[in-house]
Amino acid sequence: MDLLFDAFGWLADGANWQGSAGVPARLFEHLWLTAISMAIACAVALPVGLWLGHLGRGGTLAINISNVGRAVPTLAILVLLVLSPVGLSIWATILALVAFAVPPVLTNTYVGMREVDRDAVEAARGMGMSGLQLLRRVEAPLAVPLIMNGVRLATVQVVATATIAALVAGPGLGRIITAGFGRRDYPQMVAGAILVAVLALLIEVLMELLQRRVDPLRAARSTGAQPAAEVLPVIQA
Amino acid sequence: MAVGAGAHAITVSQDCLTRNDWICFDYVRTRSDQILEALQEHVYITAVSLVFGFAVAFGLALLARRRPRLRGLVLGVSTGLYTIPSLALFPLLLIPGLALWGGLSSTTVIIGLVLYSLTILTRGILAGLDGVSPDVKESALGMGYGRRRLLWQVELPMALPTVFAALRVAAVSTVALTTVGVIVGHGGLGNLIFQGFQSNFNAQVLTASVLCVVLAVIADLLLVGVERLMTPWRRVAA
Repeated sequence: MDLLFDAFGWLADGANWQGSAGVPARLFEHLWLTAISMAIACAVALPVGLWLGHLGRGGTLAINISNVGRAVPTLAILVLLVLSPVGLSIWATILALVAFAVPPVLTNTYVGMREVDRDAVEAARGMGMSGLQLLRRVEAPLAVPLIMNGVRLATVQVVATATIAALVAGPGLGRIITAGFGRRDYPQMVAGAILVAVLALLIEVLMELLQRRVDPLRAARSTGAQPAAEVLPVIQA
Repeated sequence: MAVGAGAHAITVSQDCLTRNDWICFDYVRTRSDQILEALQEHVYITAVSLVFGFAVAFGLALLARRRPRLRGLVLGVSTGLYTIPSLALFPLLLIPGLALWGGLSSTTVIIGLVLYSLTILTRGILAGLDGVSPDVKESALGMGYGRRRLLWQVELPMALPTVFAALRVAAVSTVALTTVGVIVGHGGLGNLIFQGFQSNFNAQVLTASVLCVVLAVIADLLLVGVERLMTPWRRVAA
């Protein structure tokens, strides 16, 4: 338990909160890296997932890609990218983070679109909606809970992967852990780990709140209007 | 003349180690001891973690079924653990680790991996047991099966496909996650990947990375095989 006290000692030391390697600077790097990677991942995965889900094609491919992705260690991808021509630039890290964020967003978007009640889709078609109208006004809104589930999973994944990026000299809070490891400074390692764990849990909670907030059918669901609940059975994973 | 030209061409660079090629069999040949040692550690850490993870998850799942109030707690805590990044979880385990099992050891990595596998395995086992049709359970009870026999001879066999699906996911992600154990000095093949990065050694990084993926595939296939052996009635149906 001495280690825990020493770690809090490290956190209480004002010197560790200043400068370009201080906690606030590392935290800012971590958040910035997560935000930009998620923005790129969503810009890629959302349109593709929505479109494939609308067409009902390519589902097995998308799911297979995310299954294969699980077998490749994050560390291996990061090191391979850093040693590749992309090199040690920040883009190697961002590219790796995007690669890990795309599968959850893509598969959840696809599944969300496919799980939209076929009766609702048929009714919309019967009302004379075009494919694009159907996608924008019926399927996508009904798929939002699952899409947001994917975005939440991806964000948690990116926060974790951004931490591992510190092993290959990437920016972010993980650097406090790896610097501690390099110097055999266990209190610093544990202090960094505490910061990372708190950040990850906070982001998970925030994303869960966001997930509930952005559901367009939230009002209908919470006021006990049953039809919405019937349209989307057991959608929350 | 022809012989001289040939000899000259050879001196440019025949050695894939000095050229720092990505694919280099000389590396595999000359460092086979090192590779085998890392591979051994990787397999050991993964296997022990999965065995313990499954045992603990099984106990937790049974506990959650018997005490429905605990169910939310068990699932909530294991999901929360899963949220903590691996690079942070391993150092956090040093807090009890330094006092109890000597800090930077493979035990730290194994305990972390067990904790991660719990999320997947507990959910899988619970889902499998819950998925058994009530009619089947009813008939078994009607035939005079007790609770214990119902569990071992009816519910568990019927839950096997779901349980194995969860085991496969857990096995593949555990193989991958073991690499991060390098942060406490015991990452199996992850040690080779990290050292390869530090010394800019392409062949070492690629070889160790490929071995990781191969290990994951082997673990997955093994589990598929065991599942087929354990569920012979499904083969007859197919």
